[in-house]
Amino acid sequence: MGRITFIEHSGTAHVVEIEAGQSLMQAAVDNGIPGIDADCGGACACGTCHVIVDEQWIHATGGINADEQGMLGLTLEITDTSRLSCQVTLSEALDGLIVRLPEFQM
Amino acid sequence: MSILTPLLEPVIQPALNKATSIIPIHWQIKGAHAVQNVKHRTGKDRPVPVFNEVPLPDVSTLALEDIDLSNPFLYRQGLWRSYFERVRDECPVHFQKASPFGPFWSVTRYEDIMFVDTRHDLFSAEPIISIGPQPEGLEIETFIAMDPPKHDVQRQAVQGVVAPKNLAQMEALIRSRTADVLDQLPVGEPFDWVQKVSIELTSRMLATLFDFPFEQRHKLAYWSDVASGAPESTGGNANTDEFFHAAADMAKQMSLLWREKEARKAAGEEPGFDLISLLLANDNTRDMINRPMEFMGNMVLLIIGGNDTTRNSMTGGVFALNQFPEEFAKLKENPALIPNMVSEIIRWQTPLAYMRRVAKEDVTLNGQTIKQGDKVVMWYASGNRDERAFEEDPDRFIIDRKNVRKHLSFGFGVHRCMGNRLAEMQLRILWEEILKRFEHIEVLDEPEYVQSNFVRGYSSMSVKLTAKA
Repeated sequence: MGRITFIEHSGTAHVVEIEAGQSLMQAAVDNGIPGIDADCGGACACGTCHVIVDEQWIHATGGINADEQGMLGLTLEITDTSRLSCQVTLSEALDGLIVRLPEFQM
Repeated sequence: MSILTPLLEPVIQPALNKATSIIPIHWQIKGAHAVQNVKHRTGKDRPVPVFNEVPLPDVSTLALEDIDLSNPFLYRQGLWRSYFERVRDECPVHFQKASPFGPFWSVTRYEDIMFVDTRHDLFSAEPIISIGPQPEGLEIETFIAMDPPKHDVQRQAVQGVVAPKNLAQMEALIRSRTADVLDQLPVGEPFDWVQKVSIELTSRMLATLFDFPFEQRHKLAYWSDVASGAPESTGGNANTDEFFHAAADMAKQMSLLWREKEARKAAGEEPGFDLISLLLANDNTRDMINRPMEFMGNMVLLIIGGNDTTRNSMTGGVFALNQFPEEFAKLKENPALIPNMVSEIIRWQTPLAYMRRVAKEDVTLNGQTIKQGDKVVMWYASGNRDERAFEEDPDRFIIDRKNVRKHLSFGFGVHRCMGNRLAEMQLRILWEEILKRFEHIEVLDEPEYVQSNFVRGYSSMSVKLTAKA
């Protein structure tokens, strides 16, 4: 369907093919992107799939609810464009998306 | 009174705060102790349950409604697995109406626990997370037992001390202290692993995090044991006098430490990266010492949080590898499995058996209706052995188990363990350093277990080391 780019904290970039309907976290896990733990398996309950969305793309990733905000509040590395990747659903509108990984997952 | 309270609140609260900021906390605790003693003599205190150990029946002989998962001897007597398995299979959301801690619901399956843990809108962590209440007269305030938004503010003030970024800087120090402890162990003769390794290492770590006088570090472990061992809270065997004495001693020492750091900060000294310095640096918490129960609550939470859990995982790992010797062989063959094994140790041990919630409204869960105000206990120890969530025999210890990071031991949702990365790092370093030095750690006898429905711990475990050739 399209491609997205994960950039590790070290700067290493990974370009992966995506399918519409899957979560951004699942795309990372399926492609073995290092630095996404996703301990809770996508329940918005552990905060270990934190990504920092490229500013140009933040609106396209959709709204952020109180639960996600609450979990993100538990990490010191939170930024204005932080998201939990399990809460971002991929669609054609996100073809070309760029996200960066924090140095650590909490 | 109930009508007057809100009206008087603006008058009473500032006066109380003023008083509590002038009178040293340990005097206040002694005062509370005296009040409790008077109440006790006059029969006006809340009765404290007494637990005498008797052999517990085989679970198959009990009616479902008579199963009491809060019994503090279930773990020690090795019966917890069969009790929880039956409840998971036959009545996964289970009501016990007449326990020594009062009525409570047990949630025993992985998926249901995940539901309760992540729905803080439906289930409150207040006023406390143990099955029973805190000892009367010493009800501390701690963010593990607060709901958002108050929880978030308090946690954010302290989480920096154990954030991964700072842990990376501490790794070399933790490693050298671990190496030091291991190098002093006797080889080829029996000794108690709990005392010499697990307690020693966790006390050193806590002393570092608090910048607490190193030579007095064993007090931290002692305070933690007493604080989590109140019979009315967890079925432990600490007594009320001991509890108050420990609390007063802790309050005195921690207040002194706080004042000392405050003075150094006022004198312009660069703040350290210890917990109290962090609290002093944050606008929301810099005057926490003037709110004694909140101050004590945070100290107790971080001392217990950094103590029992890691300590019992340090012992549990050795015990597990002895019960499953083929896994010990696998580990020696492939030390790169250590990080995954650490998660498996934390799952297999589940050092804290549960967290308790209170339903904020009526909730239907797995066919049962939990009423508003009912106590709900999420049994992590059961969820971590749920065959529905862990396909490969969950009672087995498998160091390369797939998806083991989904274990429940750290909890999920906003109360997820703040020190999870520190715990993982401590255990990883311990095992890396053990494998460098020792060929084998033999467990010589059945370990001694702690009396508690909350802490799944070992009070002693005799072992013998074989040096590496």
